[in-house]
Amino acid sequence: MASTLNSKIPEGPLAEKWSKHKAGIRVVTPGNKRKLDIIVIGTGLGGASAAASLGELGYNVKVFCISDSPRRAHSIAAQGGINAAKNYQNDNDSVYRLFYETIKGGDYRSREANVYRLAEVSNNIIDQCVAQGVPFAREYGGLLANRSFGGATVSRTFYARGQTGQQLLLGAYAALNRQVAAGTVKSYPRHEMLDVVIVNGEAKGIIARNLVTGAIERFGAHAVVIASGGYGNTYFLSTNAMNSNGSAAWQCYKKGAFFANPCFAQIHPTCIPVHGEQQSKLTLMSESLRNDGRIWVPKKLEDVAKLRKHEIKPSQIPEEDRDYYLERRYPAFGNLVPRDVASRAAKERCDAGFGVNETGLAVFLDFKTAIDRLGEDKIRERYGNLFQMYEKITAVNPYKEPMMIYPAIHYTMGGLWVDYNLQTTVPGLYAIGEANFSDHGGNRLGASALMQGLADGYFILPYTIGHFKDGPVNTQTPEFEAAEKAVKDKIEKLFSIKGKRTVDSIHKELGHIMWEHVGMARNEEGLKEGIKLIQALKKEFWSNVFVPGSNFEFNQELEKALRLADFLEIGELMARDALNRRESCGGHFREESQTEDGETKRDDENYMYVAAWEYKGEDVEPELTKEPLVYENIKIATRNYKD
Amino acid sequence: MDLTLKVWRQKNAKTKGHFETYQVKNISEGSSFLEMLDILNEQLVQEGIDPVAVEKGCQSSGPVSFDHDCREGICGACSLYINGRAHGPDDEVTTCQLHMRKFKDGDTITIEPWRSAGFPVIKDLVVDRGAFDKILQAGGFISVRTGGVPDANAIPIAKEKADESMDAAACIGCGACVATCKNGSAMLFVAARVSSLALLPQGKIEGARRAKAMVAKMDELGFGNCTNTRACEMECPKHITVSHIARLNREFLCAKFQD
Repeated sequence: MASTLNSKIPEGPLAEKWSKHKAGIRVVTPGNKRKLDIIVIGTGLGGASAAASLGELGYNVKVFCISDSPRRAHSIAAQGGINAAKNYQNDNDSVYRLFYETIKGGDYRSREANVYRLAEVSNNIIDQCVAQGVPFAREYGGLLANRSFGGATVSRTFYARGQTGQQLLLGAYAALNRQVAAGTVKSYPRHEMLDVVIVNGEAKGIIARNLVTGAIERFGAHAVVIASGGYGNTYFLSTNAMNSNGSAAWQCYKKGAFFANPCFAQIHPTCIPVHGEQQSKLTLMSESLRNDGRIWVPKKLEDVAKLRKHEIKPSQIPEEDRDYYLERRYPAFGNLVPRDVASRAAKERCDAGFGVNETGLAVFLDFKTAIDRLGEDKIRERYGNLFQMYEKITAVNPYKEPMMIYPAIHYTMGGLWVDYNLQTTVPGLYAIGEANFSDHGGNRLGASALMQGLADGYFILPYTIGHFKDGPVNTQTPEFEAAEKAVKDKIEKLFSIKGKRTVDSIHKELGHIMWEHVGMARNEEGLKEGIKLIQALKKEFWSNVFVPGSNFEFNQELEKALRLADFLEIGELMARDALNRRESCGGHFREESQTEDGETKRDDENYMYVAAWEYKGEDVEPELTKEPLVYENIKIATRNYKD
Repeated sequence: MDLTLKVWRQKNAKTKGHFETYQVKNISEGSSFLEMLDILNEQLVQEGIDPVAVEKGCQSSGPVSFDHDCREGICGACSLYINGRAHGPDDEVTTCQLHMRKFKDGDTITIEPWRSAGFPVIKDLVVDRGAFDKILQAGGFISVRTGGVPDANAIPIAKEKADESMDAAACIGCGACVATCKNGSAMLFVAARVSSLALLPQGKIEGARRAKAMVAKMDELGFGNCTNTRACEMECPKHITVSHIARLNREFLCAKFQD
């Protein structure tokens, strides 16, 4: 039996846990904070807000990002909005309701205490962002506006047109810039963490590659914070940015940090469909569009055939021949069901032959009803930039003809296992934002990623980051020496293979395996096959990849190769975790476990736990530790979005 | 479609660059411009590095380096000068949103990096835009700490003002304005930030100080002066207008009078 995990959930009633816990935290005095160095990896909402807030408190912060500027982190691309329990709409929202809907949306696979705290600090985030100058949408009276999102019964999403992530990130980046100017934070753009250094069981620094010069450098610290996002690019095609990767978190896993629920990946229902083999990236159309857009496919297969041959336009199909399948199947939530439900429903229709484009893998998202009701100007005001983006990509005007959408990989709920203090199983090593696993269970609700990233960075980590022995961290130790050598050896090995395959061709192949076997619907046989294929592809990579150029220069092929080496291992762990979890829940759909009408069927008796995996060595099966999930405040129920 | 590409190749900041000509075939018109470059790079990787060329310091084979990330027009990483225009021939898009249907079979396309004193070349089409970070560090923020701020609805803001602030805040920091300006001025970039904050009551408080500090930093970093040609506005992928430069000038003059 593996060691048991201590989640360090505070005692006491749910609503008092966080305040009591904070009251019990021993505060580091200002004089001592100055003696402590903290490394933050990543500058998205989590990393930027954490680095800025820790800098303000007086810690010496070093913040690293792989882009040319912290502002490019992929949080910038979040479109729709950020949730908070402000109840500005008087629609009976509350901290409890946001907490409850987040747990339910996550299909009862997240921790009560963490999620309650998230809902609790959500309101502070909105206050903070407004004070920073984030230009949220407003009503004519000058107060803040809200919109609705999937899985929510109230209107609690704050937004800045379709660029909410951009505006929140620019706010956090501005706070970060202020600290850089003040000298509390040192910024290292174009630097990639390639290993974490553990000394006497504690995280004491990192090895990073300067992406411009290729220099491998050592950085010491008293604590390391991983805020490097998720691993959705394992699938090659996803809505993640091209450079988003799981490598920083994966190095932590290989140095002893447990990795939790890797199989929980979110497939977003509203992405622009794949157009062909030359594609390298999928584009998301914000979930907010489902506020006013209606999703449908034709009822008649002959209409489908005509659409595919471009003989008719979708707008020519009469109302009675359209199947608004979400409204039909889920009358209560309609087009605003959670993402996992909407994605599977699209797949179901397309599998049945009703997909509307040449590939048969697309459904319509139609704004005609909303335009008739509200006028084109109102729709332009709400979604103008998204409509423009859609038209630029597809050359179709969505004011006239419906958009075509299809599900795509978007977000990973799994990540490094953390306790209530956001510390991993390695002391001194923390994980925040998408990089950790803690708040979204089996499925994340829309507009909750921004909330979690900023909650962790502004209001949780700065309190929970612990006491460390001060004194300078020495990077001239055998541990740093060994970590640096391992990184250099790995890079040298990659160059030495001189094989025939490009990095991208292997990554594409991995993507196909993942989508086919560890995608929207999974089963035992397919997962086992997937693991075999991934292992074979890993061998192929390490014996037949070609990485051009040298280490000592700006070399994007080397960057991609290092990340792909990790994606190949992450993919295998995802498949293993999916194989272990013989239930359907949230984004994880096991075909063996479904209701008669094809909905997910959880198995609470056997799987109400967090699956935390421990690395046991190269080509050795990882070990599973279960953290039981205990619900003291919420009555467990089957997720129901029908009535 | 089949295309001829003339691509700027430069090993690093210290070496001289040159144009190299490549052919790409069977490009689908639904592909994005960067997907077309991905295809070129696959081709170049497969062809392998020419060691002699590398030794001479003029890497004329091997993949072309270019900055890119989100590929949905919001991160601001992509930055190409295509046929003499920042972000290419389409209006109000970034290079990653430019699609090949804007070109014709048989076209020759010239691809260069941003060219400006403020943005030194790192390699091929990649430039260093670190100066933008430095300008924002000089004052592109509202001086608030985490926590201890008023309730969000305690600061009512007229919808028109908030909308106008958002128009300016849409800047993605790509640098097209600088690359397009014959003076290499960063005025539109600076103005977008100054104006976005100055339009809000919470940002107005230190507006004058902010304008002065950011303009001073811009000058210090070697960006040129604004001579109102409005070329920046024409090429801004986010349609940020020079009216924000007018607001920056007002803030700047206020600061000067206060001195």
